[in-house]
Amino acid sequence: MEPQFSDQPGGFVGKPLVRVEGREKVTGKAKYSAEFALPGLTYGVIATSPIAKGKIQSIDTTAAARELGVIAVLTHQNLPKLAKTPNDAAGKKDTGAPMGFLPLTGDEIFYAAQPVALVVADTLEHATHAATLVKVNYAPQKPIADFHDPKAELFDPEKVQDGKQKGHTKRGEPQAAFASSAIQLTATYTHPVYNHNPMEPGSTTAHWEAPDRLTVYESTQGVTRTQSSLAAMTGMPREQIRVITKYLGGGFGCKGAMWPHTILTVQAAKAVGRPVKLMLTRPQMFTSMGHREDQSQVMKLGASADGKITSLIHTKQSTTSPWDNYAEPNSKIVDLLYASPSFESSYELARANVMTSTFMRAPGEAPGSFAIECSMDDLAARLGVDPIEIRLRNYADHDYGTGQQWSSKSLKQCYARGAELFGWSKRNPKAGATRDGRYLVGMGMASASYPVHNSQGTARARLYADGHAVVQAGATDLGTGTYTVMTQVAADSLGLPIEKVRFELGDTQLPTAPNSGGSVAAGTVSSSVYLACQDVWQKLIKAAVIDKKSPLYRAKPEDVAVEKGRLFLKKDPKKGEPFGELMKRGEITDIEGMAQGKYGSGYEDAAAAKNADATEKDQAGHHSMHSFGAHFCEVRVDMDLGTIRVSKWVSVIGAGRILNAQTARSQIIGGAIFGIGSALMEETIRDPHYSRYTNADLAGYHVPVNADIPNMTVEFVEEHDPYINAMGVKGIGEIAMVGVAAAVANAVFHATGKRLRDLPLTPDKVMMAGLPS
Amino acid sequence: MNNFSYTQAASTKEAATAAQGDKNAAFISGGTSLIDLMKSNIEQHSLLVDLNKLSLLGIENAATGLRIGALERMSDVGENPQVVQNYPVISQALLASASPQLRNMASMGGNLLQRTRCGYFRDTAFPCNKRVPGSGCPAQDGDNRTLAILGGSESCIATHASDLCVALVALDTKLTIENAKGQSRSVLLSDFYKLPGKTPHLENQLQPGDIITAINVPAAAHARKSHYLKVRDRASYAYALVSAAVGLDVQGGTIRSARVALGGVGTVPWRVPAVEKALVGKAPTEENFRAAAALAVRDAAPKEHNKFKVELAQRTIVRALLEVMA
Repeated sequence: MEPQFSDQPGGFVGKPLVRVEGREKVTGKAKYSAEFALPGLTYGVIATSPIAKGKIQSIDTTAAARELGVIAVLTHQNLPKLAKTPNDAAGKKDTGAPMGFLPLTGDEIFYAAQPVALVVADTLEHATHAATLVKVNYAPQKPIADFHDPKAELFDPEKVQDGKQKGHTKRGEPQAAFASSAIQLTATYTHPVYNHNPMEPGSTTAHWEAPDRLTVYESTQGVTRTQSSLAAMTGMPREQIRVITKYLGGGFGCKGAMWPHTILTVQAAKAVGRPVKLMLTRPQMFTSMGHREDQSQVMKLGASADGKITSLIHTKQSTTSPWDNYAEPNSKIVDLLYASPSFESSYELARANVMTSTFMRAPGEAPGSFAIECSMDDLAARLGVDPIEIRLRNYADHDYGTGQQWSSKSLKQCYARGAELFGWSKRNPKAGATRDGRYLVGMGMASASYPVHNSQGTARARLYADGHAVVQAGATDLGTGTYTVMTQVAADSLGLPIEKVRFELGDTQLPTAPNSGGSVAAGTVSSSVYLACQDVWQKLIKAAVIDKKSPLYRAKPEDVAVEKGRLFLKKDPKKGEPFGELMKRGEITDIEGMAQGKYGSGYEDAAAAKNADATEKDQAGHHSMHSFGAHFCEVRVDMDLGTIRVSKWVSVIGAGRILNAQTARSQIIGGAIFGIGSALMEETIRDPHYSRYTNADLAGYHVPVNADIPNMTVEFVEEHDPYINAMGVKGIGEIAMVGVAAAVANAVFHATGKRLRDLPLTPDKVMMAGLPS
Repeated sequence: MNNFSYTQAASTKEAATAAQGDKNAAFISGGTSLIDLMKSNIEQHSLLVDLNKLSLLGIENAATGLRIGALERMSDVGENPQVVQNYPVISQALLASASPQLRNMASMGGNLLQRTRCGYFRDTAFPCNKRVPGSGCPAQDGDNRTLAILGGSESCIATHASDLCVALVALDTKLTIENAKGQSRSVLLSDFYKLPGKTPHLENQLQPGDIITAINVPAAAHARKSHYLKVRDRASYAYALVSAAVGLDVQGGTIRSARVALGGVGTVPWRVPAVEKALVGKAPTEENFRAAAALAVRDAAPKEHNKFKVELAQRTIVRALLEVMA
């Protein structure tokens, strides 16, 4: 077993340190990917298809090419060819592309706003205007808009999430158990397309420094994955491609893989022989980097007369693209949360003229928790039992899906502390019975959970004799605090003050870190940083025991410990010296440590990481590893107008070690707001006849504004989990929004007595449900 | 966005002359709406004539009424103490519009000319009779949740998006418009807007070279006791699903005069005289409000996704009237 981090007296880990890069950001010095001013830089703008299905008959680029400043107009007819595209199964696997189709490789149109040309010009304005002058003649065909379309054909994909997860799972005899259950609940839960909409749109700056050397400044959640995709598509060795992401303005999953605009920019830079910068427009963000698919879930819950679950049956229908079998794996959390003796899940997909959907914050867990957590609320209401009590009656003391014990689970503490902070005891057990003037007031709650996925990554730590250090990992900071928390971990591990440690990330020249996604980054990177620092000490201990002038001369390395930068004999702590003295005496200017940190099942059992199926890989350790939490929500519903305002919020989370109390709180708040948005207002609307979005901008696609959000209370339950990684960190990026939509919908049910299952809960749906007056 | 020329005018005459030389010219003041339209290629102007140097300023509160210069910014008018006190519905409508940043920039005259938020109008990939006459109206059987239930036609059901105009039509506002020859005329705002009919691209009475110079609101008891209520999908920075501008003059427990207009439901700012008439002479009770409000939607022609507006419009009127009495 690898060493485990332990808290240092007066250490920085866990403290509410302000962001180390905060000043750079607010003064505009932090360089985001589209802010690198390279010599000879040109600007790329994509022209897109107005139709969702059909064929390009001809393209006339003369008018665009004639425009002032235009350098090239690239289409499928003249774009440099690639070594590999994702357009066939092998190519898709090799390139790691999230979509099995690359635009500008042919004349067929599969989805609205599909790129058809890329204009490169000397200024953004020239390129933008010229892109509108590319004349394309289409032979349009009638598109299929979604799985509701009469022409859409539903099919069983066998595997979902792009082949990474099993579509069908079954435990026990759920159908028979349901049929014989005293209580049988069946309900359909639906939600529309959601788009990630990070503040920073996707952007790429591609610079061919030599014919065989490419540098890409990219807005991505993972420089390594982008590098690997670029290598496969260009046919160049990885080491000749450098990808840099110093700062990221949010991602939420849409920057988790490399989308078409990136490689198109690289090809364009090759074609014009100059660096090209391309930033997607806000409307293009709705059709360029995936989305959360529109879907319908049928949740069947069987229970005994005393409220114990006997059967859970979950089916999901959703829309996917012409090429890929993508569906969020909603059923996993349905299977996980409660002690059900039987379970079954299945998926149906229909192909439509849309791009491929992708992971979006808590993919599967977010919508899946909406279904199961509203069903639990229904069960509580049916029996007249408190919603927390019904969850405790069905509390899973182990993982019923895998039979494994939990690595740690603080859910009961989350319920109890959340209820206390929220004032749950004041809740009227009767729904639709609490009023304040013309407002109906309701309180709801929901459980949350998110897996500790399998992951690993490497970090390097360089300690200088003068007492400062540079620590590096090719990780990403999505804006959530990676720079800060890794600086804290390195400072404690090296016994240095914060200001003496510099943490660098976001570059493929640095040691390889995983994508910042699936909540793995904090745990994986912090573990690798901690272990890299331990490697530094091991090297210095070896130097000390052979240094005749060291008090530790001839000691056995395993007998030497390090605390606050001082090396000493464990048996005789007075015998030792600070690292600076040792290094200066030995003329060691600097010393470097490097280590791999493992996260999840691979930490417990190295063989676990070899499994191909993502779920099986996660489950291949000895324990079932998950974070748990509870969200509490109060809403005020205008009984006449149907508007809903969240008036109180409490989240209590048990997620292992919390690295920074302030950035962690911010992340939970951000995730909860993300979930409130999905519950109350977010919706990308696709026209049923044109299969094209009608509200693809931030005026039409509503995300919460400050006025929608009350002061929020967040607490973490102290949790020590020795099974998950060297730091005991579970990660909090996604659990923050799991269960949030259900907590809101449950509060609305409690306020109104009406169960609304079609998100978002806009005023029209609430009002038309017929509220008590 | 196309390439365009830009010139600054020092007088209305100079502005009109500059604009007359180019049939694709447009006037620009705050630009918060125009620049968006140009960036989306919905409007293409070869010349922008900047009006910001013109002396169309001033918020003058007189016994007879309120006169607002067309170049006053929305935020300045919305926060003006005289407006807040004597014309609360105007102040509230302004401050419920857009965001503080936009209100600081946007002019009053420009607000009157803002164009619909209909998604089919805002995306040039779709057919739209308002944008390209004769191309069709996918909204009729498409995404019409936010669109009009009143004043629509087979050609167009786009909602008029302004909050301010709803308050202004309720209060019998008149515009002063100066033409290219320097002649002024006065137009009732409720006559200014055109119903879509078969020509949804013709939205108002402005002729080439016309400049709105001032907004005139007559003083009235129902203006002092007035209120704007906006129902929307989020708490701020969203267009109205339904809004209501109301004003009441109540004396001795009887309504002497009433003003009611709706936003978010009409193809133009929608005054409802039948509701006003039904209120006059009645006691200001919830029951009477409800009976009157029902008259607002007698002619409603909802589509698949905006049926809720028929009910919501009535409830919004009732609530606004209750709040103005509170």
